[in-house]
Amino acid sequence: MLTRRKLALLTGAASASALLFAAALPGSALAQQKTVVDFWHGLPQPLGGQLEQIAKDFNDSQQAVQVNASYKGSYPETMQAAIAAFRAGNAPHIVQMFEVGTATMMAAGPAVKPVYQLMQETGASFDADAYIPAVKGYYSSKDGKMMALPFNSSSTIMFYNKDAFQKAGLDPNKPPATWPEMIEATKKLKASGSTCPFTTAWPVWAQFEQLGAIHNTPFASQANGFGGLNAELKIDAPLYVKHVQTLIDMQKDGLFKYGGRDNKPDALFPSGECAMIHASSGLRSRILKEATFAWGAAPLPYWPEFAKDGPKNSIIGGAAFWVMTSPKRTPAEYKAVSQFFTYLARPEVDAKWHMDTGYVPVTMKGFDLAKAQGYYEKNPGADVPAAQLTRTPTTENSMGLRLGNLPEIRNIIQEELEKAFQGQQDARQALDASIKRGNTVLRNFERANKG
Amino acid sequence: MKPTRFIDLLPHIVLIVGVLIFAYPIYVTLIGSTWDSGTIGRGGLPLWPGGQGLTNYAQAWVGEAGDRAMYTPVRTMMLNSLVMALSIALGKIAISILSAYAVAFFRFPLRMAFFWLIFITLMLPVEVRIIPTYKVVADLGLINSYAGLAIPLIASATATLLFRQFFLTIPDELLEAAKIDGAGPVRFFIDVVLPLSRTNIAALFVILFIYGWNQYLWPLLVTSSGDMETIVTGITKMIGTGESANDWHIIMATTVLAMLPPVAVVVFMQRWFVKGLVDSEK
Amino acid sequence: MAGEGWRRLPLTKDHPLQRRVTFDNRLLPYLLLAPQVAVTLVFFIWPAANAIWQSVHLQDAFGIRSEFVWFENFTNVLGDPNYLDTLKVTVVFSLAVTVLAMGLALLLAVLADSKIKGARAYKTLLIWPYALAPAVAAVLWMFIFNPDIGSFGRALRALGYDWDYRLNGGQALTMVIMAASWKQVSYNFIFFLAGLQAIPRSVMEAASIDGAGPVRRFWTITFPLLSPTTFFLLVVDMVYAFFETFGTIHALTQGGPGKATETLIFRVYQDGVVNNDLGGSSAQSVILMVIVIALTAVQFRFVERKVHYS
Repeated sequence: MLTRRKLALLTGAASASALLFAAALPGSALAQQKTVVDFWHGLPQPLGGQLEQIAKDFNDSQQAVQVNASYKGSYPETMQAAIAAFRAGNAPHIVQMFEVGTATMMAAGPAVKPVYQLMQETGASFDADAYIPAVKGYYSSKDGKMMALPFNSSSTIMFYNKDAFQKAGLDPNKPPATWPEMIEATKKLKASGSTCPFTTAWPVWAQFEQLGAIHNTPFASQANGFGGLNAELKIDAPLYVKHVQTLIDMQKDGLFKYGGRDNKPDALFPSGECAMIHASSGLRSRILKEATFAWGAAPLPYWPEFAKDGPKNSIIGGAAFWVMTSPKRTPAEYKAVSQFFTYLARPEVDAKWHMDTGYVPVTMKGFDLAKAQGYYEKNPGADVPAAQLTRTPTTENSMGLRLGNLPEIRNIIQEELEKAFQGQQDARQALDASIKRGNTVLRNFERANKG
Repeated sequence: MKPTRFIDLLPHIVLIVGVLIFAYPIYVTLIGSTWDSGTIGRGGLPLWPGGQGLTNYAQAWVGEAGDRAMYTPVRTMMLNSLVMALSIALGKIAISILSAYAVAFFRFPLRMAFFWLIFITLMLPVEVRIIPTYKVVADLGLINSYAGLAIPLIASATATLLFRQFFLTIPDELLEAAKIDGAGPVRFFIDVVLPLSRTNIAALFVILFIYGWNQYLWPLLVTSSGDMETIVTGITKMIGTGESANDWHIIMATTVLAMLPPVAVVVFMQRWFVKGLVDSEK
Repeated sequence: MAGEGWRRLPLTKDHPLQRRVTFDNRLLPYLLLAPQVAVTLVFFIWPAANAIWQSVHLQDAFGIRSEFVWFENFTNVLGDPNYLDTLKVTVVFSLAVTVLAMGLALLLAVLADSKIKGARAYKTLLIWPYALAPAVAAVLWMFIFNPDIGSFGRALRALGYDWDYRLNGGQALTMVIMAASWKQVSYNFIFFLAGLQAIPRSVMEAASIDGAGPVRRFWTITFPLLSPTTFFLLVVDMVYAFFETFGTIHALTQGGPGKATETLIFRVYQDGVVNNDLGGSSAQSVILMVIVIALTAVQFRFVERKVHYS
């Protein structure tokens, strides 16, 4: 108690003297020495605070640059803010953009300064190959050049309730690895009284985009859109039909519960309601905080019949940092941004962010550093997402997605899935309707962004 | 003793049920602010208070939550919200009362055109305004300022119409008497119209204060420094929509703190407030 | 910005559009109007003009490439079979919210206004919810309605009712209607209360002596005398239901399941903010604006005739 009070007093005294100090100086004297970099992000607390702490650490580590990090709402709201600001000639230097906005940012042309170009122009040493291939691939142009700086990346994995497994007579240390095993496990869980043996967060990311990557099956033509704006959805392949029909049947039999869109179902796992969940690896920190049972993490299951040579690497989610242009930019400002990025790319910054937040390390060195520090021995299962991301070399189908207005396409698929889960249509019809509506979205994007 | 009839109890029953339903979310917030984050996040919140209340409020106020590295103190955010809510409420009242006075007490060309110009603003959804409005505010150099926070939210058809309706009920005789006394429009406004409108102003003030206090999207967009953060955006920032483990206990406690000024305004002005609306009914 | 506090609407034939006696001053009225008109022009009319310009263009998100497309955005929107469903949902939603919010508020206001013990406490407790930040209210709904972690949702399931708004369109719509009405009830309550207090006690007492029961008294005296307030709230609540409810829907159902809870304004938000389709979203806004202006005009023209101005 005493120390806390002391601390509070000290902080108070420090801020008071800082105020006096600032007041005593002519207003701009401090600011003039430093190049100010505006950095808009979309991470809520406590993650946002941790991100801002990194910016602060950077600010403290040198004298020339001051990074001002500020929260601008959810990812779509942050994007909207950046668009409004760009149109007003007032864009921030750096904006954090979610992975599904990648195609929009890449098509933004003069609004964005590609990271490889920035690093080149400012003479910073930057090794794109230091990044995990699945991460690098997602944010690289067709010819393999890094367009944005990857930072907070996640992947989809499975969390399972060990207590529920025990109760159902399943081996708590042997989570199901394939879908047939999944179905068996859900049946046993149901028999043991579970009302929700399995649910999925991010229905489209987890059950479509990841599914395609793991089974090396395209989600869309043109190499999932990497090849050009004229991509079309390919989710009527047998893999998707089989998978969606399985989910519909499992839902009917009470083996699977549809928990809502995006990350709404997250709450169902830590509450103990659902025994298994496919969710973002970032859910880990919430489970740590809220769950009152023993739990484990495992890779996503796969269909052996569709993955003859084993499952491939999964793809990422999360967000990356984009550099925005503005009529007012000076070379000094770009230089400052590149300094900040160089700092962020350090393995120790990467490893610390990974260990503090549950996001995956984005560089191999960061991953190795976390290993070397014994993080995974102390936190069993924390290496599952990174291991799943790096288990095979990336293929054309496991690099990620480069589709315009992907958030809208995700919503369309979610809507059609909901209709199917309500019994209004079967898997085939849901997928055909999704393709039809999704392709319209893709064509509109192509038209608005051509030339 | 005569037994209480059911029919006499009925109003109480209906009102109590009404209060239970409408105040329930408030109750949940109050209860939530006394439990730990895990209990709330799991959805296991009981109907009775827990033992964490003091700690939660202390944390919310001081901002010592474990991993929140940088934060704007609650008192700073409350102060910003107060400035914004007051500017919006007072600003709206000021410009509305003036324009309503013009429309009601003068005859001049294009009077109705102006009136409709103001009225039509009711029909424009906020979402389509955001990008162009931001551009205007940026061009005027008002980003990160109290003026940028408040001025775009000051225009209001509703307040203008309320005042106009009220002004139309002021008897012509008063105006004639004033004219005979040689009072001009400015004198009349200050000596007669303003005092008569006092209660209306109080009523509007309460509603507009809460309206301003609860703004979220606009402050988020036009401010990017922590010093300018408002309490409601601060809370939104803690909730987010992303892949995070929310500090529910602090969110709940901060929400209760954020509710205090509007509730104080409601309770403090309730009597005046209701009376104000009554006067304009006549 | 619909709901801040005016009661009686202008431009009725019973109401003077212009007082008989006025000041003669040429410049002053313009000066008085200037601040409001300036703010309106800059922050409303200019953005509205912008929206109309957008609605006939095809543009990328950042406004770098832009193409004039005539009315293509409009024909796309109106030709979308889903748009008609959305319109139907909007009509049901708006009507239900308006009727529910007004009905409940009127009932509670009439009771709280009667000579009853603890009236003051009831009033405060019923006005208080208006102060809760909408962002927080949105989250609370999840802790209340969610079938698995919400208190109300779990209670329903415990009673054997199959409550799952995630896959039941009817339940989802009922839930967003309840949540959207909730806030507006407090608002309406304040105004009904005020309207009720304006009714002279003498009128009520006279009716009482004539032997009219409370229900009869309400319908023959109270309700007609309240009609200016009721009419005002009708317009304000419609505008609220149409324009200001996307936050609630976004937090609860995101328009689902399927498109069961997608209203016009939610779609504007979705297309504009999430899908970055400014042309389509602006075209929808223009359509929405036309609908609401038409509705308001109809209300003035036909409903207001029944309004009893003293």
